[in-house]
Amino acid sequence: MKNEALYTYILGLADNSLILGQRLGELCGHGPSLETDIACTNISLDLIGQTRTYYQYAAKVSGKEITEDDVAFLRLEREYRNVLLVEQPNTHFGFVIARQYLFDVFHLLFLNELQHSKDETLSAIAKKGIKEVSYHKRFSGDWVKRLGDGTEESHKKMQEAVNALWRYTDELFEMSEGDQQMATEGIGVDLSKLKEAYYEEVSELLSEATLEVPERKYFSYGGKKGIHTEHMGYLLSDLQYMQRTYPNMQW
Amino acid sequence: MTIALHPNIDSHLIETLELVSDPEIPVLTVLDLGVIREAVERDGVVQIKLTPTYSGCPAMDVIGDDLRTAFAKVGKEVHVELVLAPAWTTDWISEAGKRKMEDYGIAAPLEETADKDALLGNKRIVKCPQCGSTNTHLVSQFGSTACKALFKCDDCLEPFDYFKCLK
Repeated sequence: MKNEALYTYILGLADNSLILGQRLGELCGHGPSLETDIACTNISLDLIGQTRTYYQYAAKVSGKEITEDDVAFLRLEREYRNVLLVEQPNTHFGFVIARQYLFDVFHLLFLNELQHSKDETLSAIAKKGIKEVSYHKRFSGDWVKRLGDGTEESHKKMQEAVNALWRYTDELFEMSEGDQQMATEGIGVDLSKLKEAYYEEVSELLSEATLEVPERKYFSYGGKKGIHTEHMGYLLSDLQYMQRTYPNMQW
Repeated sequence: MTIALHPNIDSHLIETLELVSDPEIPVLTVLDLGVIREAVERDGVVQIKLTPTYSGCPAMDVIGDDLRTAFAKVGKEVHVELVLAPAWTTDWISEAGKRKMEDYGIAAPLEETADKDALLGNKRIVKCPQCGSTNTHLVSQFGSTACKALFKCDDCLEPFDYFKCLK
């Protein structure tokens, strides 16, 4: 493939949105209230919309006769490049919100940089995404505050979720060789530069939500290399079911 | 008038474009919505540049199909290209579009600062499209489609959609 590095880079970005979109989509009809159910599925729709434009671009870059659907549905687990955070399950609503907030803060910082990419398509996707992701962050941030600074029970559950998911935050800033190459070429983003702003912003909001900022020194990595947590296989079996059972089916 | 509003659209195509509406808000044509960024006829083929309101808006696929159908009826072939930049903003909704939206029962987008106040629940400023009262409150930041939020009027007690400002 001519543009292997760019292709892989696009997949990494798209996979984060696809897998988180899939997780949120699981809540369709199962959200804790009608409003939050609609919110989670609306956010899912935005993310999957972004994914589609990334995958369409990836399919074009690949130079092969493939479509966005091939890229989305017909890869093996090891070929998905999403970070571990986004594949974590919807354990309870506190987890859904913590996962969302921890990703949204990163996502917005990331897109703010990606809009300056030399690659016109990536820059356009980023500019479009910034408008949507700002709204996601407002929603998830509000709920972190509401639950953290809510009842004794909601505070306890929110803290539990933040503590459990914290270990996946450092991977957001991990630079693979491909990331490095893309950043050097002015196409990708230097993730290490976002780290300080990220932890500062998250810590501030957690404090406002009367939550403790975890002091964890140990972090989990692997997603960006295709080595996922055990939850990923179950997620993919749902996601890929139709295409695996009825190959090439179309709506 | 119509021509001046759409500098990148060949005037003879406007009549057909006006027949294509948003499948979710059928009173709005694609021109009212501002999603047609360019429409020109070259060598017998109509080249259209369409921009999505929101990345995941399912209406875009339908609008693409509807454009092909509408032009097929007048014997023209259409090529639709999806463009992302510059990103769509609610400023591109025409004044006529905003009026039609209100008549249809959807509150039209406020300007950016007012919109923020409304969606954070700070101020009661979104006007109820049923009775005109601004004694309304936010029920949900997300609504029936990606572009709307849900409000309720505390005077006439009717719930209604508010089209969010997108800049």
